[in-house]
Amino acid sequence: MTDQAYNFAYLDEQTKRMIRRAILKGIAVPGYQVPFASREMPMPYGWGTGGVQVTAACLTPEDVLKVIDQGADDTTNAVSIRAFFARTAGVATTEATAQASVIQTRHRIPEAPLTEGQILVYQVPIPEPLRFLEPRESETRRMHALEDYGLMHVKLYEDIARHGEIATAYAYPVKVEGRYVMDPSPIPKFDNPKLGGMAAIQLFGAGREQRIYALPPYTRVVSLDFEDHPFVASKADHACDLCGSEVSYLDEVITDDRGSRMFCCSDTDYCAGRRDAGHRGRLSPEEVA
Amino acid sequence: MEGALSILSKEKQQDGPLLRVEGLSKFYGGRIGCADVSFDLWPGEVLGIVGESGSGKSTLLSCLAGHLSPDRGEVIYAGRDTVTMPEPERRMLGRTDWAFVHQNPRDGLRMGVSAGGNVGERLMAVGARNYGAIRETASDWLGRVEISPGRIDDRPRQFSGGMQQRLQIARNLVTGPKLVFMDEPTGGLDVSVQARLLDLLRGLVRDMGLAVIIVTHDLAVARLLAHRLMVMKDGRVIEAGLTDQVLDDPQAAYTQLLVSSVLQV
Ligand SMILES: Nc1ncnc2c1ncn2[C@@H]1O[C@H](COP(=O)(O)OP(=O)(O)OP(=O)(O)O)[C@@H](O)[C@H]1O
Ligand SMILES: [Mg+2]
Repeated sequence: MTDQAYNFAYLDEQTKRMIRRAILKGIAVPGYQVPFASREMPMPYGWGTGGVQVTAACLTPEDVLKVIDQGADDTTNAVSIRAFFARTAGVATTEATAQASVIQTRHRIPEAPLTEGQILVYQVPIPEPLRFLEPRESETRRMHALEDYGLMHVKLYEDIARHGEIATAYAYPVKVEGRYVMDPSPIPKFDNPKLGGMAAIQLFGAGREQRIYALPPYTRVVSLDFEDHPFVASKADHACDLCGSEVSYLDEVITDDRGSRMFCCSDTDYCAGRRDAGHRGRLSPEEVA
Repeated sequence: MEGALSILSKEKQQDGPLLRVEGLSKFYGGRIGCADVSFDLWPGEVLGIVGESGSGKSTLLSCLAGHLSPDRGEVIYAGRDTVTMPEPERRMLGRTDWAFVHQNPRDGLRMGVSAGGNVGERLMAVGARNYGAIRETASDWLGRVEISPGRIDDRPRQFSGGMQQRLQIARNLVTGPKLVFMDEPTGGLDVSVQARLLDLLRGLVRDMGLAVIIVTHDLAVARLLAHRLMVMKDGRVIEAGLTDQVLDDPQAAYTQLLVSSVLQV
């Protein structure tokens, strides 16, 4: 049921066209940050207004939308954004990764491999991977233009010098098609290998910083590293306590006030799917089969 | 024709000067920064630029190093005009063949990055990807500039002014440049610290066969380091020659005043 007070997907057509132009430019130049005139959205910046605007510009009435936050469909952020588009665009929504045509995400890539025809929209807080090393925007732009990326490895060098290993666990920088260094948004580095060669289109929107960038399908994406400190896509060394998966990314959950912990898939749809298919974890109830 | 020319310029590059400067001028609006400067610099040669405050020394140096774009003139480095070359090429020169030592170490160092990271940056910028090797080279270079390799993980903030300046020098020389630009490298330092830095610089310049263009107020520094001197006044070179000649037998009245220290700051 579309709320008639709004244009389809909230933004007016002209704004959506402007955003689509930025998206197309981003797809044409993978990893390049395209400036766009970010609009005020009826939600705070921390809620991923960049991703919301990109999703709004991509949606058609036939789309099926999934929204996840840290892998979960049922957090406040995910529920609110899903409700927002259900109301302003009247699109169908789903929690099933395979059934979604557009997936907006914060902090994760779904476990199930995405397919051609799907669009994955990331909410990005800080799009500039060089920002913490070089605060001047004019200088970081020039560094991208001239492929002057020595500084990026200085950051990794400092990590190893201080912690004995590359301690960057989220927003781990990547090089796209041998050209642009890109911040993949704060996904765990566990997800980095999925960025490259993905069949789906990946779009990144940063609202506050007014940047859009993209990875077209089957793009080459390499995580930066050193020969003697190679990139490792690590995760907690456990199996999911609910579905038993040994390959999915896990959240650690405190289960009582005595410090008991459990590990479970951060991708709630993946975990539920496995449990439905009969997989069991350490803490699964015995009697249910 | 093109081919023959490029072969000619290649030959020139081998036997000719490392840097050839022709009619270089830079204006700030109506004011002269530097005007009509021409000179040759040969491999391994140290050229001092002296002159009172505001005479155009820093402007000239910045134009030579590609930090400022001159309004007129040519700067030919190893047969290539660095004024007209595309920015990426000039930047590449800036992190391979050239180095720039600033008066204030804060301008030439990354204060939030460890000493090792500071020295390693140029290596990584040109593609070094082995952490162990980068660290070893950085530690070796810290030793060469008389900083204990044990301080490799300290930030420049924890260093004295003299150490910061030596770190800046290590960071610049680590990729084995051919030409080093220095703007008052001993400027803000105590006399005893200056002397030690000068000794160190002299040794490095000799051992590495560096060509250097050094801007200084200090004629003692010029005498100690420079083979040749250019004296600037109001943006123009008013006298040039071998250092001893210029300092012991100055021709221009202005140079005579400068040498007799009337104009020295
Ligand atoms: N950014 C600028 N804008 C306008 N004028 C400038 C600028 N920089 C320098 N100038 C002028 O150009 C002239 C040469 O200045 P420059 O800084 O090159 O002198 P200098 O010899 O390096 O002096 P100092 O010994 O004090 O460092 C001076 O008249 C100066 O005021
Ligand atoms: Mg100056």
